[in-house]
Amino acid sequence: MGKFMQGYLDEQFMELEELQDDANPNFVEEVAASYFKDSARLINNIDQALRRGPLDFNRLDSYMHQFKGSSTSIGASKVKTECTMFREYCRAGNAEGCLRTFQELKKEHATLRKKLEHYFQVQASDQLCVINQLQNMC
Amino acid sequence: MDKGFSPVGLRVLVVDDDPTWLKILEKMLKKCSYEVTTCGLAREALRLLRERKDGFDIVISDVNMPDMDGFKLLEHVGLELDLPVIMMSVDGETKRVMKGVQHGACDYLLKPIRMKELKIIWQHVLRKKLQEVRDIEGCYEVGADWFTRNDEAHYLGGGEDVSFGKKRKDFEFEKKLLQDESDPSSSSKKARVVWSFELHQKFVNAVNQIGCDHKAGPKKILDLMNVPWLTRENVASHLQKYRLYLSRLEKGKELKCYSGGVRNMDSPPKDAEFSSGHQSPGKSSYVYSGGSSLVHKAETDPKQLASSSVSDPSSDVHMPPKGKKKRIEFEPPISSSVFDSLLPWSDVPDPLESKPQILFESSFLQQQPLLPSQSPYVVASAPTLMEQEMKPSYETCVNADEFLMPQNKNSTVINQDVSLSTPSAISCMKLQESSSNVNNDTESILRSLNWELPESHHSGFIDTDLDFSWLHGEHLLANTGLQNFQFQDYSSSSSLLSELPPHLWFGNDRLPEPDEYTLMVDHGLFIS
Repeated sequence: MGKFMQGYLDEQFMELEELQDDANPNFVEEVAASYFKDSARLINNIDQALRRGPLDFNRLDSYMHQFKGSSTSIGASKVKTECTMFREYCRAGNAEGCLRTFQELKKEHATLRKKLEHYFQVQASDQLCVINQLQNMC
Repeated sequence: MDKGFSPVGLRVLVVDDDPTWLKILEKMLKKCSYEVTTCGLAREALRLLRERKDGFDIVISDVNMPDMDGFKLLEHVGLELDLPVIMMSVDGETKRVMKGVQHGACDYLLKPIRMKELKIIWQHVLRKKLQEVRDIEGCYEVGADWFTRNDEAHYLGGGEDVSFGKKRKDFEFEKKLLQDESDPSSSSKKARVVWSFELHQKFVNAVNQIGCDHKAGPKKILDLMNVPWLTRENVASHLQKYRLYLSRLEKGKELKCYSGGVRNMDSPPKDAEFSSGHQSPGKSSYVYSGGSSLVHKAETDPKQLASSSVSDPSSDVHMPPKGKKKRIEFEPPISSSVFDSLLPWSDVPDPLESKPQILFESSFLQQQPLLPSQSPYVVASAPTLMEQEMKPSYETCVNADEFLMPQNKNSTVINQDVSLSTPSAISCMKLQESSSNVNNDTESILRSLNWELPESHHSGFIDTDLDFSWLHGEHLLANTGLQNFQFQDYSSSSSLLSELPPHLWFGNDRLPEPDEYTLMVDHGLFIS
């Protein structure tokens, strides 16, 4: 995973890689896909909630709780940090803080997505390389 | 490296509204060789559970479910189905965890959940089953049912850690033990009594009523107990064990060995005031007589044993009135070179079924007799001692239950011992070594059993919850014949203790039969 991912993903990601096996050869990628699909939905919900007049902090906190839980599934550490901060602001009733943090969160989320997409592409092409080499050998 | 030990085929229902986690948990649980069913909604989960009653062994659910509060689900499952439930959350706030406890969760796992946490969830299932066995007086079905149902669930030995490894045949043997116990028409010669909490309580009450009176014989106790199906023999054997237990308590935490033959050599036999439990100094204590009579359930009239002297001048004092010379010869001196004296044990006359009891602790043999002033019925002090020995009780029933407790303190002993296949100095030393490590800390007991403890930061819950109450279950494991279910490796024969040297018994002139063994183990009398 190396420096490319450093800080963005924690040990959980490695745990996922360990779970990957012959029965589920694309397990990690599938999990990542599931996460991004689900988190996109959550981000959407939060976005909408933030646009509505006076903020419903309880509701927002609840959304963020879900989001945090989801983010732990792939080990999205930076995203998780933003989630925690957001919840702090919620508890403090700090709308400004919530909005700011949410922007950061979305940024981190987008960055992670790109990185992972790249990561899986590289993996796939590595595999292709290997296959090519093997074929060439025949 | 994870020291694995998981029952294959444990049926798990996972409930989580997060699809990503559901996917991950499913994979993780499958890797544990469990049978997994996933569910994204709490209501759906309940429906599944109700539809397939007995279809699942354990439920793992997230606390935050959109359609129903996870705690509510927990309540439903607990009440209606009595299944163990593990809660999960990304939130580890103490009050939430406590809420889980209050609602009856077996455990509370924090996300991200690790494989090692899932690998041990089977313990909750087992513990719950054992609790059921214990709670039902004289009822064997639950344990047996569970076992029978899990016929296909063979138990994998894990990793390279031999202590977890358990040979299939040993498991089969234990299963058979359990089934024998549960099947009234089984071929075991005697109906085995399961001394449940309530039954023992009755016993203790009866004994107390009679008082510290040496005339407290099994017949009287039986009459007082007023349990129709109980026989005098049952009571007699239980009485012996109880006295042993009390005598051990009297000794407090001092580690001693009740090896019958030794004392016998040194002191001339006198009339054993057997039933009174008093001993004259220099006389082998009633402990041994008790031991002898213990094994004579059917053959000896307990009343006679109880009230009369056990001594047989022509042979060892521990000889029961039957007069068979079965004394295990010991060679003095008994000292720290304990093992030397233990070695010549081969002249065990009777080719009895080898189910010895292990009633000793670290210093294997001891020379002083028991304190003469001991009264066998120091019931009042017994529980106190037990309380001191044990951590504050996790469960509420601590009375007669404590009688059954001593085992956990020394569970190392018994388990270590069971793995001996030949009598040898090394084995004995191993025993001694392990026993000397014994302390009252449940955690270290578990550790010494090479039992991997769950990571506390993820499920701090489980440390307190499982540690202690697991040990409650420990003797129950014995009770159901599952005693060493996940402990040492039985590389020896399928018969659990077949090769245990008889000198490690406590002076029986005959080896107890399997059902007796179980009964004895049941009461933690294997550890002194």
